[in-house]
Amino acid sequence: MERSQPRRQVAAMKQSLFDQGLLDEQFIQLEELSDDANPNFVEEIVTLYYRDSSRLISSIEQALKERHTLDFNKLDTLMHQFKGSSSSIGAKKVKAECTLFREYCRTGNAEGCMKTFQQLKKEYASLRKKLEAYFQLARQAGPMETACRPK
Amino acid sequence: MDNNGCLPCTRREGFPAGLRVLVVDDDPTWLKILEKMLKKCSYQVTTCCLATEALKKLRERKDAFDIVISDVNMPDMNGFKLLEHVGLEMDLPVIMMSVDGETSRVMKGVQHGACDYLLKPIRMKELRNIWQHVLRKRIHEGREFESLEGFDFEGIHHLMRNGQDQCCDDVSLFALEDCISSTRKRKDTDNKHDEREFGDSSSTKKARVVWSVDLHQKFVQAVNQIGFDKVGPKKILDLMNVPWLTRENVASHLQKYRLYLSRLQKQRDQKKCSSSGIKNPDLNPKDPGSSSIKNSMNKQQNVVSIDGFRCPNNGLVQLHESDFTVSELNKTEQRRALATNNIIPDPNMTKVSQIVLNQTFSPLNSEGNIEVFDCTIPTQYTWNQVPKRKLQDDPKSQSIASMVSSPSAASSIASSAVDNIIPVQSKSLMVNDQSSVTSNPGLKTQEFDASLIPDLEFYQQNLLWGGEAAFSPLEEDLNFFLLQSECYNDMNFGMHSIDMSDYYYDPGLIADVPNHLLYDSADYSVVDQSLFIA
Repeated sequence: MERSQPRRQVAAMKQSLFDQGLLDEQFIQLEELSDDANPNFVEEIVTLYYRDSSRLISSIEQALKERHTLDFNKLDTLMHQFKGSSSSIGAKKVKAECTLFREYCRTGNAEGCMKTFQQLKKEYASLRKKLEAYFQLARQAGPMETACRPK
Repeated sequence: MDNNGCLPCTRREGFPAGLRVLVVDDDPTWLKILEKMLKKCSYQVTTCCLATEALKKLRERKDAFDIVISDVNMPDMNGFKLLEHVGLEMDLPVIMMSVDGETSRVMKGVQHGACDYLLKPIRMKELRNIWQHVLRKRIHEGREFESLEGFDFEGIHHLMRNGQDQCCDDVSLFALEDCISSTRKRKDTDNKHDEREFGDSSSTKKARVVWSVDLHQKFVQAVNQIGFDKVGPKKILDLMNVPWLTRENVASHLQKYRLYLSRLQKQRDQKKCSSSGIKNPDLNPKDPGSSSIKNSMNKQQNVVSIDGFRCPNNGLVQLHESDFTVSELNKTEQRRALATNNIIPDPNMTKVSQIVLNQTFSPLNSEGNIEVFDCTIPTQYTWNQVPKRKLQDDPKSQSIASMVSSPSAASSIASSAVDNIIPVQSKSLMVNDQSSVTSNPGLKTQEFDASLIPDLEFYQQNLLWGGEAAFSPLEEDLNFFLLQSECYNDMNFGMHSIDMSDYYYDPGLIADVPNHLLYDSADYSVVDQSLFIA
């Protein structure tokens, strides 16, 4: 009973992340990859993601500084990379913002790009916090059963 | 896929476990995920975050990997470019990945030769099935050394390495690659002709024979015993005494073997002979004195190279004019032309050949690589060495292909495995001696450029792909098929009844050149291993 409480909390938290549309199926896939060799595989991946993508974020930010002479091709390329990365952890909302951003790049909409990027950064940061909290709880709850799919 | 009841390779757990995958992705997160996923599939994973690094790894050990998975967008090299390199140099199946699933991108991937295009995020189930690409490629390429039960590459590669040490590394590898690429081309051609599969008519359904080293050794011994000039799949089969092996298996293996050997010899010849473009007057095609020798040479070559050759498409190329524009003749076309299902000689063929012949010589001339003319026939001649030429996208090949269309060209091509001179001779022979043949107006033997000869090998290789011919004897085409039919000692060809065959077949002549025909078994044991392994 005691042990199942934190576990249920973890499950609930995960469910909520899914319900909010922050995570998608990929996250579950990652969980399924966890095994004895990598019991905290998902956490490792998420950590790696945030570390690697932060430089992409800076690059995009840098590129967006050229307010009136945006290099849309470059931005699109960077965002493409970022989107690919975000897909690795199943960051659903972040990915959606990426797609929107790329669309603005395609149409050469600087304003749209900037606005979308701001939104993207917000989602990106917010997800990070939530996942950190999630992993912390998960560690406390002890090893989880194999990934339970959210409804 | 059942293994035809032959040599199971049970050193590994069942295929596809142990598949050696090279993953290339600049995204470290994905690299880690993919590595984990592939390991879960029991594959052997190597990761790379740079395309250049990946290429280096691939080049270091040509057979270190079974399949490559690569992202499309990478900083140092475009994924498509990597795809091209891998396809050309290593001929491995490549799977592309991207988060971008736009049709145009996917199409680009396919056009560049990707065997699959996966969208990120990639699912486990998608990765589980990547082995199908490896298998498919091998089956279609007729890699007879493949083990269906598991990739027993340690043993095979070990042997291959040894073989390379003793033999010429480049040659062995090249021959191997030739085999692979040639068979791949074969596959491409076949895809354009759905009626029949290359090889047996049921080849795609039939399980692949595993030509293990042992089996191959038996094969080689049998060939040696019979005498390379007299070798035929039935005889080999009998000698080998391997119950589950079929004549077809042996025949196709023999074909590859010949191709390989002649390729080997050609390389040696190239080293030996100067390329000054001197035309040996003795080899003047019109010289009747030498014609008999050449004849026998041709004959023997035919015997050697074509005997046992199964024409999967049941016929040689039925060339259509539309297939040939000399300048534009591309590999696809020539393959298509060569691997036509329909054996029946087509009057068009003659016409085309004329046209083509007239035109092809000049481009070939410009390439200028006139070799072997200096070499005398006897020394040059090594029967067992059938050229195995890597199909290349070069104009020479194209010209050769077009040459094939001409009956005489075909015969010369058929006859000249190694000896560059031979094709000239045979060709001119045909021209000179077959007055009844009306199809060589365009054939200008004098113009027969030695530079064509190397390409004839290529063509021969293509020729060999032709099927067993059910020839309807159109005169002009008889030349072409004639030599082929003569060689099919074991096969029942309608062509046997053609009296022109008598002209070409002179067993006495063949007997005259026994020594040159017998290959040096020492060479071959090494070479064999090199070729037929991995």
